[in-house]
Amino acid sequence: MPEEREIVMKLWRGDAGGGAFETYKLPAQEGEVVLDVVHRIQATKAPDLAVRWNCKAGKCGSCSAEINGRPRLMCMTRMSSLPIGEITVSPMRGFPIMRDLVTDVSYNFEVAKQIPSFTPAPKPPGGYRMSQVDIDRGQEFHKCIECFLCQNVCHVIRDHEDNKRVYAGPRFFVRLAELEMHPLDTLDRRAYISEAMGIGLCNITKCCTEVCPEDIHITDNAIIPLKERVVDARYDPVAWLGRKLLGRPAPLSAVQAARYTGAASSAARSPSARAVPASPETASSTGLPAD
Amino acid sequence: MLRNDRWWLQPLATVLGLLAFVAYGTWTAFRGNHYFVGYPRDYLSPFYSPCLVNSCGKAADFGHLGGIGTVSPALVILIFPMGFRLTCYYYRKAYYRSFWASPPACAVADAGSTSPSGLRSHYSGETRFPLVLQNAHRYFWYFAVLFACILTWDAVEAFRFPGGIGMGLGTLFFVINAALIWIYTLGCHACRHICGGSAKRFSRSRVRYRFWRDVFTPLNHHHQLFAWMSLIFIAWTDLYVYLVSTGAVHDPRFF
Ligand code: SF4
Ligand code: SF4
Ligand code: FES
Ligand code: FES
Repeated sequence: MPEEREIVMKLWRGDAGGGAFETYKLPAQEGEVVLDVVHRIQATKAPDLAVRWNCKAGKCGSCSAEINGRPRLMCMTRMSSLPIGEITVSPMRGFPIMRDLVTDVSYNFEVAKQIPSFTPAPKPPGGYRMSQVDIDRGQEFHKCIECFLCQNVCHVIRDHEDNKRVYAGPRFFVRLAELEMHPLDTLDRRAYISEAMGIGLCNITKCCTEVCPEDIHITDNAIIPLKERVVDARYDPVAWLGRKLLGRPAPLSAVQAARYTGAASSAARSPSARAVPASPETASSTGLPAD
Repeated sequence: MLRNDRWWLQPLATVLGLLAFVAYGTWTAFRGNHYFVGYPRDYLSPFYSPCLVNSCGKAADFGHLGGIGTVSPALVILIFPMGFRLTCYYYRKAYYRSFWASPPACAVADAGSTSPSGLRSHYSGETRFPLVLQNAHRYFWYFAVLFACILTWDAVEAFRFPGGIGMGLGTLFFVINAALIWIYTLGCHACRHICGGSAKRFSRSRVRYRFWRDVFTPLNHHHQLFAWMSLIFIAWTDLYVYLVSTGAVHDPRFF
């Protein structure tokens, strides 16, 4: 009979006011994921532990956290895949802490309202038609489970809280790429993506791609194609000349595109005044140790 | 810092790799000699191709631009391949992470955000001068296609032997070098966009779609690998030409 192994897990406990890591020890069990161990701790040692989860199958995107400092889904991280020794589990540091492992991800929902929505042409007689080759590209983006691990790891906002006011973040570049590549969509969001969504802040260092549990190639397939589209619309003199010569319409301005956002229906706004509330609580002010 | 794995290994390796190339490239570019084996081999170093100044002599396949004093012929043309690599999306990632520590690794703090001096505390990414110039990458790509053609020509010339067609070990290196340059250049993100991905409806641009799906996307998927392979091979091909030219190495002839 194999010797019984012990798990030493350090969980971050606290709230917006501050907190610290607490160490829990419990016997290892066969075939567990990190979320199982957190649940066992909650059941046997810390009944007031706050943890968000739903499906335990990597599909709801609720259980995002940082395991040994790496952003991951707790339900998809096998204990056997972690190095032997102490394991730390901390909340996502990119968002304000509510309690223990639970963070307030509402920043993301605010950004979502700023996305100019799907805008098809009026339905032709007989309905819309799409070929499979036209929608293949977008299918990858549909896999997103909105776990916001990419938003959390992106250094543009993780390390520079002030950018939250001007930056949409990788999850929303995925959404924007999906719309820009949609065969039926008619809206031109390129200037908006550059000015209001802040795509120029991304320096394509690919951490979003590294952490995405759905294996979406965020940087290669969404962000860089968007950056190239922005170059077409804003930085390429030859593309500009081509539009002039061929009589093609100029790119839609960011202000015009902003009229198609969900947020615009409630209040007229210019893209320079994004209504994303900069959260007063930076992660570092909540007592989490620095990266 | 909660990451306890060896996250620093990759940036460190990148720094060492890139520095080694820059050091080698500087030595080679300023050397200004032994870049061409005129006889009995027609080998021209990729660092010096196309050779455009008067001092190139028989290495100049595309005519002479002029004298330009004693400047090494490499310095006249290197701005194009250098600009192409510097603005390449992969190399950008590589040096932002490893040299600029922005960020050094995922979930490891940006150098700027933790500096006590407050220097670099504001992050503006690629939105301002000079980094906004990265958007010119596609223009370097146009030149890169031209250079790939020229290096292909050099590979063809490497089959020229006294008395007709032949092949030496160097010829093989020139062919591999040209092939790697093409593979790297056609896997470029700007190429993938301009030549295919920019289409909104692939069903209306079948040819572009085919290229996008079967050529650009698969090559692009391994862009990092090809970036390194071609970088190493350029240096290697140059070194080989140097060794043959100085007589340190005898280039074996296959046929
Ligand atoms: S690639 Fe861009 S969006 Fe993704 S994590 Fe890096 S900076 Fe953020
Ligand atoms: S793109 Fe990936 S990492 Fe980002 S929210 Fe969607 S599933 Fe999560
Ligand atoms: S609990 Fe649903 S993704 Fe982990
Ligand atoms: S992206 Fe690397 S060469 Fe263009």
